[in-house]
Amino acid sequence: MKAHGKVWKFGNDINTDEIIPARYLNTSDPDELAQHCMEDADPDFMKKARPGDIIVAGKNFGCGSSREHAPIAIKAAKISCVIAQSFARIFYRNSVNIGLPIIESEEAAKDIEQGDEIEIDFDSGVIKNITKNKEYRAKPFPPFMQDIIAKGGLMAKVKAELKK
Amino acid sequence: MGMTISEKILAAHAGKERVEPGELIEAKVDLVLGNDITAPIAIKEFEDLGVSKVFDNEKIALIPDHFTPNKDIKSAQQVKILREFAKKYNIVHFYDVGRVGVEHALLPELGLVRPGMCIIGADSHTCTYGAFGAFSTGVGSTDMAAAMATGKTWFKVPESIKFVVYGKLQPYVSAKDIILHIIGSIGVDGALYKSMEFTGDTIAELSMEGRMTMANMAIEAGAKNGIFAPDGKTVEYIKSRTGLPYTLYYSDDDARYVEVKEYDASKIEPTVAFPHLPENAKPAREAGIPIDQVVIGSCTNGRIEDLRVAAKILKGRKVHKDVRLLIIPATQEVYRKALEEGLIDIFIEAEAAVSAPTCGPCLGGHMGILAEGERCVATTNRNFVGRMGHPKSEVYLASPAVAAASAILGRIAHPDELR
Ligand code: SF4
Repeated sequence: MKAHGKVWKFGNDINTDEIIPARYLNTSDPDELAQHCMEDADPDFMKKARPGDIIVAGKNFGCGSSREHAPIAIKAAKISCVIAQSFARIFYRNSVNIGLPIIESEEAAKDIEQGDEIEIDFDSGVIKNITKNKEYRAKPFPPFMQDIIAKGGLMAKVKAELKK
Repeated sequence: MGMTISEKILAAHAGKERVEPGELIEAKVDLVLGNDITAPIAIKEFEDLGVSKVFDNEKIALIPDHFTPNKDIKSAQQVKILREFAKKYNIVHFYDVGRVGVEHALLPELGLVRPGMCIIGADSHTCTYGAFGAFSTGVGSTDMAAAMATGKTWFKVPESIKFVVYGKLQPYVSAKDIILHIIGSIGVDGALYKSMEFTGDTIAELSMEGRMTMANMAIEAGAKNGIFAPDGKTVEYIKSRTGLPYTLYYSDDDARYVEVKEYDASKIEPTVAFPHLPENAKPAREAGIPIDQVVIGSCTNGRIEDLRVAAKILKGRKVHKDVRLLIIPATQEVYRKALEEGLIDIFIEAEAAVSAPTCGPCLGGHMGILAEGERCVATTNRNFVGRMGHPKSEVYLASPAVAAASAILGRIAHPDELR
C-alpha cells in the first residue's frame, strides 16, 4: 500500500476539538464530519485539501477527547495518512481500530514542510520527500497492531474471532 | 521486581502472574461505558457484528449526558439510538433525563466503580475512576463495540510515573490547583502513554471528590490512567454506595517507575490554566483578566463539595454585572443535596443561573456557549480553541473557589481578594 500527496503542515498538540469541533458532534455521519475536518485549526482546510493529501504535524497530535469522529473525519476527508512526531494515545488507538494510516516519525515530521510532495510506502515504512529529494524511515507498527490493520480494523478481527 | 497498582490490576484481568510495561495484553473488562456522542458509533459497529447479545447486560453503562436534555433534533436522534439499544439488549445501566448526570460523577455515585476494577469508557475522562484504585482509561467507539461483544480489550501495559505530593495546602487551594500545577510542570504530553500514580501525605488528606478531580485530568497530561492507592476513605465511600465486592491493590515498594516527581503542596497557589492548553498554568492572583462568563460544573468540579465551596464564597454577594454565572450540578443527587443544604438558594440570590445536570457548555454543546472574543472561567478540564463556543473565545480553567471569586469581581481573582 502506498500514499502520495501534498503536505498540509500543523504544529504541536493539535487537539480533537480542532480536528472536529464538538458543535458538529450531534451527528456521526462520516461525510458530514469530513466537511468540518480541521476547521478550528485552519478554517479553509477543506477548501484547499485534495483527496490523497497528507497531514504532517508536531508532537501529541490528536490530544483531547476520545471521539472517534476525529480520525473518521480525517479519513472521510480522504486524507491518505497523518505523520506526526507523536500521537495522543486514544487517537492512535482509534486510528488503528478504524484503519486510518498514521505514522510516527520525528525526523520526517520535523523535516517535511508545508506544500512538499511526498510518497509513503506503508510496507517498508519509507517516506520519500519528492520535493526535497530526501528519504525518512518510520517506526513500524508492533505485530499485534499490524494484525489488526491486516484484518481490516478491530471489528473485522473481532468478527473473525467470534466465528471461531 | 515489584509491580505497581496499575500493573497488578492489568495482570489480574489478563489472567497472568505479572505484566511488564510495554507488553501487549488482552484483558477482561468489568465495566464498559459510552455516552450520547460515542455510543451511537459503537452501537452501529456492534450491530454490524451480527451477535445476538452483549457480553454482560449489567456491565455496560450508557449515559447520554453531553447534549442532554436533547438540544436539537440531531442529538435527540443520537440518544434514541442508545435508548433503543438499551431496551433491545436489556442494558441495566441506561439513565435518561431525570436520572442522568455527567457520567464520571454519576457512575461512582451508583456504586458502579470499585477498587481493583478494570474499566474502559468511550470518553477520555474515564480515567476519573482511578481515584478509587481502579484501572480505568478512555478508548474509542470501536473499542467500546468490541468490548460490548467480547468483554475484553487490548492494552499496552503503561510505564508509571509517581507523583509525590506532600505538605499542607494553603487556604483556597484544592485538588484542582494541584493537578493544574502538575500539568503545568510536565506539559500536556508530559505523561503520554503512561500511568500517573498519585501519592504523598497531601493526597491522603484529599476527599474522594478531590481525588476524582485529579484523576479526571490525568488525560490532560496525555496519560493512559491516573491512579490512587485505596485507603479508609475509599472503602468508606464504596461501602456507602454498594454491597458488591472489590479488591484492594497496592504498589510494591520495589515497583518500577520511569520517573518520580515531588511537589511541595504548601507552595501551590490557586491556579488558572490560560487558553488554549491545560498546561498554561499561572497563579490566579497575577491574572487580572476581565471575563464575561463563569461555569461551575462538569465531571471535574460539579460535585457537592465543589458547590459548597462556591456557595461559601457567593453567599451574600452578587455576581458582577458584566458576568453570567452558570452553575450545573453534575448529577441529580448533587442537585438535590444542594437544594437541601440551601446552596441553590444562595446561587439564585447571587444571580447565578442553575441548570439540570448536563455536560452542556463544557464541550461547547449548549447551555452557555461563548460568542466571539468572550472569556470564561470554568471549573472544567479543557480550554482548547473553540472548546466552549466561538473559535475566538477563551476558556480559563480554575477551581470552584477561583471561579466563584472571579464571578463576583468580574475578572480572574484569588478568593482572598474578597476579604
Ligand atoms: S463534563 Fe465535559 S469533560 Fe466531563 S464528560 Fe462531559 S464533556 Fe466530557
